[in-house]
Amino acid sequence: MSFWQYAVTRLALTIPMVFILLSAVFIVLRIMPGDVCIVVYGGRGRSEDIQRCQEQLGLNKPVFTQYIEYVGGIARLDFGISMRTNKPVLQEILNQVPATLELALAAMVIAVLIGLLTGVGAAVHSDHPLDHGMRFFNVIAFAMPIFWLGLILQIVFAVWLKIFPVGGRIDPITGLSFEPITGLYLIDSLLRADLGLFLKVLKHLTLPAITLGVVLSGVVGRISRANMLEVLDKEYVKTARSKGLPEYRVIISHALRNAMIPIVTVVGLQFALLLGGAILTETVFNWPGLAQYLLRAINARDYPAIQGTVVFITLFISTVNLIVDLLYSRLDPRVRY
Amino acid sequence: MRYIWRNRLLLAGVILVGLIVGMTVFAPWIAPHSPTEALEGKLLLPPSWEHPMGTDNIEQDVLSRVIYGGRVPLLVAFVSALLSLSVGVMLGWVSGYFGGYLDRVLSLCMDAIYSFPSLILAIAIVAMLGPGILNMIFAIFLVYIPTYYRVVRGQVLQIREEEFVAAAHSLGASHLRILIRHIAPNTITSVLAIIPFNIADAILTEAGLSYLGLGLSPTLDPNDLAAADWGIDINKGQKFLQGGHWWLITFPGLMIMLVSLGFGLIGEGLNDLLNPRRRQRM
Repeated sequence: MSFWQYAVTRLALTIPMVFILLSAVFIVLRIMPGDVCIVVYGGRGRSEDIQRCQEQLGLNKPVFTQYIEYVGGIARLDFGISMRTNKPVLQEILNQVPATLELALAAMVIAVLIGLLTGVGAAVHSDHPLDHGMRFFNVIAFAMPIFWLGLILQIVFAVWLKIFPVGGRIDPITGLSFEPITGLYLIDSLLRADLGLFLKVLKHLTLPAITLGVVLSGVVGRISRANMLEVLDKEYVKTARSKGLPEYRVIISHALRNAMIPIVTVVGLQFALLLGGAILTETVFNWPGLAQYLLRAINARDYPAIQGTVVFITLFISTVNLIVDLLYSRLDPRVRY
Repeated sequence: MRYIWRNRLLLAGVILVGLIVGMTVFAPWIAPHSPTEALEGKLLLPPSWEHPMGTDNIEQDVLSRVIYGGRVPLLVAFVSALLSLSVGVMLGWVSGYFGGYLDRVLSLCMDAIYSFPSLILAIAIVAMLGPGILNMIFAIFLVYIPTYYRVVRGQVLQIREEEFVAAAHSLGASHLRILIRHIAPNTITSVLAIIPFNIADAILTEAGLSYLGLGLSPTLDPNDLAAADWGIDINKGQKFLQGGHWWLITFPGLMIMLVSLGFGLIGEGLNDLLNPRRRQRM
């Protein structure tokens, strides 16, 4: 089977999965809570209010028709109108995405740096106290409630030491005159060749990115260690050593390069974990991203917005997983389709 | 050497979990104050000999709240893990053993749930059903079914091809008997090692939901004992963080970390005890 045949098969497998997820979202959000309009207006609501709400959300139609309209809406990328702001939900979501993306990418970089360092270090010094120490760090990173880590960093570095700001993406005064281009502020500030702005943005990003990154680094560290241990046992590593290469070259260019492929895949597939963590991190640091939008929607009982955000995340995760899978098969020539 | 280190992990985990669970169960006898008692004139005091973890903004003793605060998280984690375990394992047996369309559909559904961020799924469910202990249990239960399902199904697929299964078949054993007598016992070891990780994760998810204000009902009377929940206390305490009142969030968070660390250590230890072959690699 060629790569393209594999790609098509993989895509064909993704579609029913997305359908199942979307249907699950529909069941959870529309059917399980009963009639949301009655929930919103309660027993004391006037019947006209409830009726208007039902018409607006299409709840007066049969469930099957609702489902068809729901799937059709998603297919046309029409996520409905927010009950809170009366703006299209998709537009509002897309406005929030860059903030979350910037945070997630920065966290990913930190996670990979810490994870590779601890994981490879632990594998090279296997069974040494260093190994135990690093593995202990990884276990702690797994057990740490992410929002708590964020709050602790906040109090130490923002409240006591005042090195970093308490929260937000940019200070409010600079924010007024700042026109985003890509929405990724780090890149925007570079595009404007404004170093002062870049540093300001970086300062705001540091604590949230470390918070989210440390939690993920436990996973990266664990995978790195397991894969490095396996590779270090291979014949070609022994060959490299026996021909007298310095140890760091053996580890970096012979072992690590081969161990990287599975590591990259696992890291890519952690995007789901990252998004879950991002919700908590954004809340701690008042980061104006997707999670904040979802929580505001939940508090306002803005059902189209809640549904839209969850659907968006579903589509996003499925796409990322698909891309990672395809990239992996492309990167590793040994993968048989 | 490695074996001892591993067993030590298990031991440390058991001690840690034992201490915290014991503390939670015997809270009324251990806590110096009632978690809901307002101590007159003791507003936001830093830790001292009298109040080792300080007092909060409504004059309550933080230590007492921390001691009581594990009740809801542990209850939610244990019950939801038990439910995920039973449903996930059962579906895994049936799906792996009978195969066919049922298996394909179930696997697709499970993969779909598995690939989705569990916290966001739990948030969506709780947001729709409303806050409360039962809804939280339901959300966390649903999210962790696939973890058991995938492992058990994989094992059953392997065991199904073994000769002793074919032998049982040829002796005229029914499907039910083969499943229960021959296949199920062989899947138990791998399931056992998942449980502690599941509980640790469930505790973290409960804490996350409570922290976001989606756990217990936010309108819950603060004098209700159940309102002493580590996640909720962190949520309430963070407003006072800017004023430097670090003790309000530090101690409840520490407890969440220690208890999930304890379960994580038990999981690591069990893993090696049960699958000695993995000891070499992990």
